[in-house]
Order: sequence, then C-alpha cells, then structure tokens
Amino acid sequence: MKNKKRNQKNTSNAVFKFLTFFASSLTIVIIISMIISLFYQSIPAIQKFGFVDFIFTREWSFNKDIYGAFRPLSGTILTSIGALLLAIPIALGIAIFITEICPAFLRNIISSAIELLAAIPSIIYGMWGLFTLAPLIEGTVQKAVSSTIGLLPVIGPMFQSEYAGGVSIFTASIVLSIMVIPFIAAIARDTFTQTPDILKESAYGLGATKWEVVRYIVLPYSKTGVQSGIIIAAGRALGETMAIAYVIGNRHGPLNSIFDPYTTITSVLANEFNEAVGTQLSTLFLLAFILFIANFITLAIAKIYSRRGLSNEL
Amino acid sequence: MNYKLRKIKNVVVLSLSVGATGIGLFFLGFILFDLISKGFSSINIELFTVDQTPPILDDVKGGLRHAFIGQIILTVVATLIAVPLGLLGGTYLAEYGRHKRIGRVISMLADISVSMPSIIVGTFVYAILVKPLGGYNGFAGAIALAIIMLPVITRTTEEMLKLVPWTLREAAFALGASYNNLIVKVVWRGAATGIFTGVLLAIARVAGETAPLLFTSFNNTQLSFDLTKPMPSLTVSIYQYASSPYSSWINMAWAAALIITVAILILNLIGKWLINWRYKS
Repeated sequence: MKNKKRNQKNTSNAVFKFLTFFASSLTIVIIISMIISLFYQSIPAIQKFGFVDFIFTREWSFNKDIYGAFRPLSGTILTSIGALLLAIPIALGIAIFITEICPAFLRNIISSAIELLAAIPSIIYGMWGLFTLAPLIEGTVQKAVSSTIGLLPVIGPMFQSEYAGGVSIFTASIVLSIMVIPFIAAIARDTFTQTPDILKESAYGLGATKWEVVRYIVLPYSKTGVQSGIIIAAGRALGETMAIAYVIGNRHGPLNSIFDPYTTITSVLANEFNEAVGTQLSTLFLLAFILFIANFITLAIAKIYSRRGLSNEL
Repeated sequence: MNYKLRKIKNVVVLSLSVGATGIGLFFLGFILFDLISKGFSSINIELFTVDQTPPILDDVKGGLRHAFIGQIILTVVATLIAVPLGLLGGTYLAEYGRHKRIGRVISMLADISVSMPSIIVGTFVYAILVKPLGGYNGFAGAIALAIIMLPVITRTTEEMLKLVPWTLREAAFALGASYNNLIVKVVWRGAATGIFTGVLLAIARVAGETAPLLFTSFNNTQLSFDLTKPMPSLTVSIYQYASSPYSSWINMAWAAALIITVAILILNLIGKWLINWRYKS
C-alpha cells in the first residue's frame, strides 16, 4: 500500500521532470531548426553565386537576377559601428552620473527613464526618425557640415550628398545609437555598483578626485562587464530592423558620403522579402542566415567573455 | 598647479557625464513629445470602432478597429503558447537542471535567443509555416511572437525561482513532499510575483514587434478572427500607413503609435513597480 503510493509519487515526479525538460529543450530545438531551415532555403543562392563571391558582389539587380551581399552587409556593419561610436561615451557618461554623481532620491527615476528608451518599440523610432529627425538633421547638422568640412579637398565629398530628405547612413547611426544607449548604460551601471566601496574609499583617502576614482578604480574593476555590454549592444545594433528600414533610405547604390542613403541586411529583408520569388527570395534567406550567425557569434562571445571575467575575479 | 589641473579635469569630465545624461533624457522627452503632439489630436472614437476605409474618401472617417483586435488576438495566442512552455522550461533550468551541464547550456542559449534579431524569427516562421501552408496566416504571426517570448519567460522564471531560498525546499522535503509537488506548491508560489512580472515584460516586448509579423500574419484590411488567414495588426498597420502618401493615414499611424507606446511604457512601469514592491522591502 505504502509502496504503491510512493511509486505514484515517483511517476508523477518523473512525468513532471520530463515535461520541464521538454519545454526547456525547445530553446535548443528552435535554434537548430532555424539554422537548418534558413540554410536550406539559401542553398539555391549559394549554388548560383558561391558564398565568397556573394559576399563581395556589389550588384543588386532584378533585371539580371544577380544579387550580392556587399552593400547590405557593409551597410549593417557601418551603421552598427557608427551607432556604437556615438553610444559608448554617452552611455558610460550616464552610468557614471547615475552611480557617482546623482543624488540618491533621483537615482531610481533617472535610471528608469533611461531604461524606458529601451522599451519604446523600434517602429516608433523609425517613424520619429523619418518624419522628425531626418528633416531636422538635413536642415542643421548636414547643412553645417557640408558647407564647412564638405568644402575641403579630398575628404570633402564624403560629407556632401546629392540626395534630399535627410535619410542616410548618418541618420540611421544616430537613431540606432539612441536605441542601444540604454543597454550599455544599464550594464555599465550594474557593474559600476559592484565595485567594492572599500577600494573606492581607499583611493579617496589618498586624495584622488572623483574622476580619478572612476578612471583608476571603477573602470578597471568593471572592464569585463562593460566590454561584454558593448558586445551585446553590437548584437542588437546588427539586427535592428524597423527603425533602420525607415531612415536608411534603402538605396542599392555606391556609398560616397555619410549623408547618402544606403541599405542594410535588415532593411533589404523588410522591404523586399514579401515580393521576392526565386533567386531573390533565396538570396534574402542567405542574408538572414548570415545575420543570424553573425548575431549568434557576437552574443556568444559576450556571454563566454563575461563569464570568464567573472570567474577570474572570484 | 598640478592639483588645480586635476581639479579642472575632474569638473570637466563630471560635467560631460551630466551632459550625457541630459542627452539621453532629452531624446526620451523629444520622442514622447513628438508622439503626443502628432498623435493625440488624431485619436477619436472612430479609430476604435471603424475598420480601414480607402484613404481617398475624406468624408468617411476610417479607423483601426481591425488592427487593434488583430493585435490583441495575436498577442493573446502567443502568450498562451509561450507562458506555459517558458514556465516549465525555466523550472527545469532552476530545479532539475540547476547543477547539470545541459541546464547551463540551455540557459546560455536562451540568453542569446533573447537578443536574436526579430526579423530573423519572421523569416524562419515564413519558411516553416507560411511557405508550406501556401499563404500568410495569423497562426504563423502568433508563433513568431511566441518564439520571441519563450526565451524571455524561460530566463526570468529561472532567475525568479533561483531567488527562492533553498532552505524552503528542504523544509518541504522534510515534510515528505515529492519534488514536483513542492515545486508547484512552494517554489512557484514563492516566485509568483516575479514570474508574473516576467510575463508582463515579455508581453510588452512583443506588443511593439513589427518585423516578425511582416512575413507571417502580414496584414488584412478587414476585421478577421480566422487564424488561418492573414491577420491585421497595429504595428504592421502603422508601418503601412506611415509609409503611405495619404495624410489621413499618416495621422492615424501617429495616433496608433502613441497608443501602443503608452500601453507598452505603462506595462514596463507596472513591471518595475511590482519588482520593487516584492523584492526590495
């Protein structure tokens, strides 16, 4: 009698354990099926163009049915780098402000406000970027830069654009940087606060200024955390779609200036996937596959790196 | 002299960091102000009670009722799929698989999946549920959203369950409870607020997603309750309306954008408040 009850207990536990294991293994199942199905759909494009040639082909022509990854790929890389260059100093400044300068009663409010930037949907950034920011940039920054630096010899043309509307790789980088600032700022803030107070107090005791404490104590101590935060933000920037689709201009042409409209992997997908058939559709799947792998590797590096940093410290 | 220089450097850098915070807050204010000033005036009762009308008919007021209802259906179906699976999956990671290698690997993969570009999920679901079935359908859209929600809920459940003290489990074991029973009656109950918050934040996350719906549920000009047909959604409608040349459609896109942003920000604030209330006292 007692044994029977115990057996029932064991069976129900085993069933429950299996259910939870099944549910958690879905994460692996989804990732593996994504790799297989995206790759399977890209095979026609790989067979037609060859993987290496595909990466370096600049052409994107419906008439000739030739598609190359060079422009979307370089657009993705350039906008992400631009966004990070703008976002890193601002996000670190925000983290320093929140952890070191801000009065205690404001701390929560300001970090929540910065975190809200991450909650605003991507499509809202896109609308705002297209209707408000792009004309604003065209009328102010772009005008000022092209009438000064733009007149210099050699590098001048890089700051001149024949395209109107303000949609450009520059505007896209700005919008993207606003979107990744909260990610870097939040991770930097969390790692900054983990710096032991006793280290900071010792430095203050030696007469260090606040900036010197940040520079020589807090930043070295939280280096790994901040770096992996930046890599995670890079992963986000690579895959950002709707905001970019609005403000990049979607132009398959040579990029001569930072104020030229261009294209990225995600904007090509958003704009052309629904109408694409045949080789073009397969090409778009190949681009999606490349983006998936690039994003996956980037984030895996960030995870492994931050974990290793953690175990070194302990 | 040297001391003065260090002082100046200190003040300059600290002012820069105040400035950086100002930039961040400025853009938050700028975006919200822009949304309110352009969207608020276009909010009217027809927006919620009338479906799409051709933009040429200026005397007939069109609305987005079909898109609001479609968005709710997609989000609810996605939540119903993702929440039970995420809850169970997170439970494995925090309980049975806590000290196993496979548990750590899944946990890390789920972390990576949280940051997966959502448009990739859209192309993947297109390949497995739209192309083989012969057309865009609401079910595919809901699955795409569920795939995005799943790792978020799995990871928050794991973290919240790990916050429940191990001694509580030992106490329940001592009373003769089986592991599954104590998970359901002790651990889940102890972490309920945290898990609920995770679900709220996951909903907030997918409610604003556009990219995964573009190639899956697509859009529909009419109200539809049929998950096997293309289903309208607010976000795809915003994308379509904002890219159109008609000013009435663009105004409606701003109104919808304002509503969806306010809803998502409120969900986020509730989530934050719940976490503070439960874990910081």
